[in-house]
Amino acid sequence: MMDGAAAARFPEASARALGDENLQAALRLLGEGFQARRTDAVERFAGFEDARDAAVAAKTRTLRNLDRHLETFEARCREHGGVVHWAETPADARQIVLELLTDRGVRALSKGKTMVAEEIGLNGFLEANGIEVIETDLGEYIIQLAEEAPSHIIVPAIHKTMPQVADLFRQHHDQAKAGSFPRRTPADLVAEARAVLRRRFLEADAGLTGANFLVAETGSSVIVTNEGNGDLTQTLPQLHIVLATIEKVVPTLADGAAILRVLARSATGQDMSAYTTVSTGPRRPSDVDGPAEYHVVLLDNGRSRLLGTPAEEVLRCIRCGACMNHCPVYGAVGGHAYGWVYPGPIGAALTPALLGVGAARHLPNASSLCGRCEEVCPMRIPLPKIFRYWREQEHAARLNSERMRLGLALWGWFAARPRLYRLATGVAMRVLSRLAGRSRRFRSLVLASGWTRSRDLPAPAGRTFLNSWKRRS
Amino acid sequence: MSVSGSESGRGRVGLFVTCLADLFRPSVAWASVQLLEQAGFEVAVPDRQTCCGQPAYNAGDLPTARRVARGILDAFEPFDYVVAPSGSCAGMLRLHLGRLFVSEQETAARAEHLARRTHELTEFLVDVASWTGVAAEFPHRVTYHDSCSSLREMAVRDQPRALMAQVQGLELVELGDRDVCCGFGGTFCVKYPDISTKMVSDKTAAIAATGAETVLAGDLGCLLNIAGRLAREGRPVACRHVAEVLAGTTGTDPIVPVGP
Ligand code: SF4
Repeated sequence: MMDGAAAARFPEASARALGDENLQAALRLLGEGFQARRTDAVERFAGFEDARDAAVAAKTRTLRNLDRHLETFEARCREHGGVVHWAETPADARQIVLELLTDRGVRALSKGKTMVAEEIGLNGFLEANGIEVIETDLGEYIIQLAEEAPSHIIVPAIHKTMPQVADLFRQHHDQAKAGSFPRRTPADLVAEARAVLRRRFLEADAGLTGANFLVAETGSSVIVTNEGNGDLTQTLPQLHIVLATIEKVVPTLADGAAILRVLARSATGQDMSAYTTVSTGPRRPSDVDGPAEYHVVLLDNGRSRLLGTPAEEVLRCIRCGACMNHCPVYGAVGGHAYGWVYPGPIGAALTPALLGVGAARHLPNASSLCGRCEEVCPMRIPLPKIFRYWREQEHAARLNSERMRLGLALWGWFAARPRLYRLATGVAMRVLSRLAGRSRRFRSLVLASGWTRSRDLPAPAGRTFLNSWKRRS
Repeated sequence: MSVSGSESGRGRVGLFVTCLADLFRPSVAWASVQLLEQAGFEVAVPDRQTCCGQPAYNAGDLPTARRVARGILDAFEPFDYVVAPSGSCAGMLRLHLGRLFVSEQETAARAEHLARRTHELTEFLVDVASWTGVAAEFPHRVTYHDSCSSLREMAVRDQPRALMAQVQGLELVELGDRDVCCGFGGTFCVKYPDISTKMVSDKTAAIAATGAETVLAGDLGCLLNIAGRLAREGRPVACRHVAEVLAGTTGTDPIVPVGP
C-alpha cells in the first residue's frame, strides 16, 4: 500500500511526473481515447441526462437510510447461505480476509480488480503472511509485475506505454516460450497475458473480487468487467470473498440497473461493459458451478463519518473514472502524483476523508476549480464544492502555510476598506507600471516568481479604473 | 457614488468592475460602461467596491471572504442590475455569496437578492437587454477562450459569439480544446505553477493552431495568464477582453504588446 505520507509530497511528485516522457506520452491518449469515447456514448444515448438523474436519485435514497439497507443486505445474503463480515478499519478487513484464507489452508488467491483492496493494502499484507496473490485483471497484473500501484481507478496501468509492458513480460514470462510471443501489438500482449493467466486461475484455492454495487433486496453482489476475469475469479475456486465498502449497497436491482446505465458510458464510452456478473450466495445444488462458500467483507473506513457533512455526496461515487479522464490536472501529472489509492478529482474529494486533511491537504488545493469533473460525473457529485469544503477545514485547523494566511488576512483587511484599498492600489499600480517600462511586462518579479518562472506578467495600465472614474464624474 | 450621464430609462446598472480590470486593465471597464450605455442603461460605478472575495473564498478563508462580501452587499444594494465583465466574479456573486451567510438569515436574503440581479456582461447584453446594436469593426482572425466559470457557472457560451458575429470583419476560429481550463484558477497558478504552466502551454499551442492573430475572452484572469505565456513563448498573438472589441475601443495596446 502506498502510505498517506506520499500524498503530502504532491508538489514534488507532480514536478517529477511532468518531466517523465513515458508518462506524458501515455497521458496524451486520454483526450482522443476516453474523452472522445464518452462524448460519443453520451451523444448516442438521448436519455443520458435522465439516466443520470435516476442514478443520482437511487443513490441519494440509499444514503438517506444506509444502515437499514445494509441490514437488509446482510439478512438476504444470509438467507442465501452467504456470510457478511463487518470491518470498521482497514486492519479489521485485512484480518478478516486473512483468517478466512488461513482457516481453509488457502495458499493462492486469485483476485479481480478492486480499489478497496488497494485502500486496505491487502496484497502486501497477504504476501507477508505467505499467501500468493494472483491478479487476474490485465492492468492489475501489469502493475503487479512492475511492483507499482494503480494510477487510475479503471485503467490501473494507464501510465505504462506498450513498449514498457512488452519489457515487463520479457522479464517475467517463461523464457522457454518467449519465441511464441511476438509482442508487437497491444493484441499480442493481451493474448500473451491471457495464456499465462488462464493457467494460474486454476491454481487458486480462493477468489476475491470487489463489487460495483451490492443489492439489498436480493443480498447479491454485482461486478462489471470487460475481460471476464471476474467470472473466473469467483466461480472456479471453492471460496469467494467479496470486498466492498458500505456505500456500495443499493436497495433494489432496479437501482443497480440505473447505475449500470451510466457507468460504462461514463467510464469507457461503452453502452454496457462486456460482462455483468451477479453473485447471490454460494453454489446451490442445482447450480452447475460456483463457490462452496460466499463471504462479503463490508468496510467502513471513515465513510459513515461523512454522512451528514458537506462532503457526504462523494459517497454517491460509482468509480467510473470520468472525472480523472477529463481533469486537466490529472492529465498533466497522472495518478501516482496523488500519492494514494484514489487519484484525480474523486481522490481529491475522498482522500482527505480517509487520510485526514493534514496528510491530504494538497489534493483538494491542486485544482483550478474548473468544474469539468462535475460536468462529466454521472452521479453529479459537486467535486469543486467538496474541494472547497476541505480547504475550509484546512484553513480552520491552521494547516495551510502561515504565509498564505497572512497574505489573505492582509489583503482582506484592505479589501474591506475601499478608501485605503484605493489609495494603496493606486500607488502600487503606478509604481509597477513605471517599473515595467516600454515592454509593458515583467519577465521576472520576486514577489510573483511562481508566475514569472514560466510566463511574463503583463504590466498594469498605471492609473486604476476607479481612480480615473472618480475624476471623470 | 458617481453615476454616468445617460439619457436612458431601461434601468440602472451597477458595474462590478472586478479587481483585475480596476488594477490592470481599466480599458475593460470603460468598454463595459460604453456597451451598457449603448444598450440603453444608466450605469453607476459604486466606489465602495473592491473585489468579489474569491481569493479568500477559494482558499477556504471564510471569515475574510465574509468581510469582503459584506462590502459588496452594501455597495450594490440600490441597483436594478449588477453586471461584471467576468464570468468568474459574476459567478461568485450569483452562486457563492449566499453560502457565506447560511447562519445569518437577513444577510443571506440580501445575498440572494444580489444573486438574482447579477449578470456577466455578454450574458446581460444578449439575454437581458436583447441588444443587437454592436457598432464595431475588427478586421482580424480571432479565437475565443471560454473561461470555466463563464461556461459552467454562468452558462455563457453563445452570448459572446452572438455579439462577436455583429462585429464587422471579425472572423472567429474556434479552439480545438474550447472546454478546457487555461490553468489560471486564481491562486492555483502560483500555488502549483508547474501544473498551471503545463495547462497554459497546452492552451497556447491550441491557440497557435487556429492561426488567430488575437485571442479574446470574457475574463481577465485567463487573459493575463494566456497573454503572459504567449509573450514568454514569443508567439505573436495579441490578447484582449471581448468587451474592448465589442465597444470598438481597440486603439489601446493589447494586454502585452505583440512584437519585439
Ligand atoms: S466522482 Fe463521479 S466521475 Fe469521478 S469516479 Fe466517481 S462517479 Fe465517476
